[in-house]
Amino acid sequence: MMSKVVDYSAVKPLLKDGMSLMIGGFLGCGTPEGLISLIIEMDLKDLTIICNDTSFVDKGIGRLVANGNVKKVITSHIGTNPESGRRMNEGTLEVELSPQGTLIERIRAAGSGLGGVLTPTGVGTMVEDGKQKIQLNGKDYLIEMPLKADLALVFASTVDSFGNAYYKGTTRNFNPIIALAGDKVVVEAEELVEVGKIDPEVVMTPGVLVDYIVKGED
Amino acid sequence: MAVDSKTAKKIIAKRVAMELENGQLVNLGIGLPTMVANYIPENIEVTLQSENGMVGMGPTPEEGKEDKNITNAGGQYVTINKNGMFFDTALSFSLIRGGHVDVTVLGALEVDQEGNLSNWIIPGKLVPGMGGAMDLVTGAKKVIVAMQHTAKGDLKIKKKCELPLTAKGQVDMVVTELGVMVVTEKGLVLKEIHKDTTVEEVIQLTDAELIIDENLKVMDI
Repeated sequence: MMSKVVDYSAVKPLLKDGMSLMIGGFLGCGTPEGLISLIIEMDLKDLTIICNDTSFVDKGIGRLVANGNVKKVITSHIGTNPESGRRMNEGTLEVELSPQGTLIERIRAAGSGLGGVLTPTGVGTMVEDGKQKIQLNGKDYLIEMPLKADLALVFASTVDSFGNAYYKGTTRNFNPIIALAGDKVVVEAEELVEVGKIDPEVVMTPGVLVDYIVKGED
Repeated sequence: MAVDSKTAKKIIAKRVAMELENGQLVNLGIGLPTMVANYIPENIEVTLQSENGMVGMGPTPEEGKEDKNITNAGGQYVTINKNGMFFDTALSFSLIRGGHVDVTVLGALEVDQEGNLSNWIIPGKLVPGMGGAMDLVTGAKKVIVAMQHTAKGDLKIKKKCELPLTAKGQVDMVVTELGVMVVTEKGLVLKEIHKDTTVEEVIQLTDAELIIDENLKVMDI
């Protein structure tokens, strides 16, 4: 079997201007920083990033925004990164806001073969704009559409060479869900181990979803 | 009643903490709501949820004992209690939207007498985004707004919210340094006031039409 473990340089052909990327992390906790650095080094343009938040100027996804790699973000929060707000007001960054619980379910829906999500979140607010609303059993729901991406960039604490992944603490957040919704999936491993070293009972992302594994910087 | 911001926040956090009941799952928003954890009465045990992925959130770690893998929804280092667990964002919001969170406490830019809340955007000025707030306010069984009564003289408790809403008609209770208000079918009822204020002062600093409870009490803090 071909090993999925590759150098960062082998990931380069997967990364292209104008593509859509899902990236894990919550305010930078659980973000693959090595892959972020690679995008900055390649100076990619016009990326669409789907992520929980745009982090801080000097951390995680925030670095991509500050470096001008991003054309559009689909996210729930940009308030901790002043560069996101500045670029949005300047017109160089398109920001599509989605409630956090809705955003993750849209990603899960795409990765789980569902046609969309019915959620009460956002009913009676601006989030309704342009969306279908339906009533079921006397309650209003918004129809939220699935979200896919060309590539998912996942961070995991421990990864075996088949791609089985385990996340420590609150680094898990979006990571196991985006691993379902990227056409290709790259995992950046904090710690890389041999197959069999992670108890199958505690594997959180099945290795079958993972295409490439890179070993993150220490 | 003139108090500085620090004192006001302490009064609010202390009073909100008294609303919590044994065994509840509670989500505290960033900022003032987080302070509520410091005032939970000794005989009350609640489980704290953090939407980035844990229940059983513990206090801030001692300096030097921070774990980079354990943060709260504000990105700060926290700890996890022995009965806690970590999970992904989908499960986190299943807990939130699914009605498993008993109480959510969060701040507001504006709140109104119909229980509407605005706290995620000032169009053209400030666009932080809603984060998890819309889901929390929609899904939690009880929504408590914890905020200072006015913002630099601007009235925040309105007849009708002017800013874009976070959710429609979901707020149950508003706690400020001046008093406690409850959203009812009849309107916003003033249930308690701080000992150093008067009903007249509360009315003057509130745009909403206040119904004064016939059993109006002094805040017991």
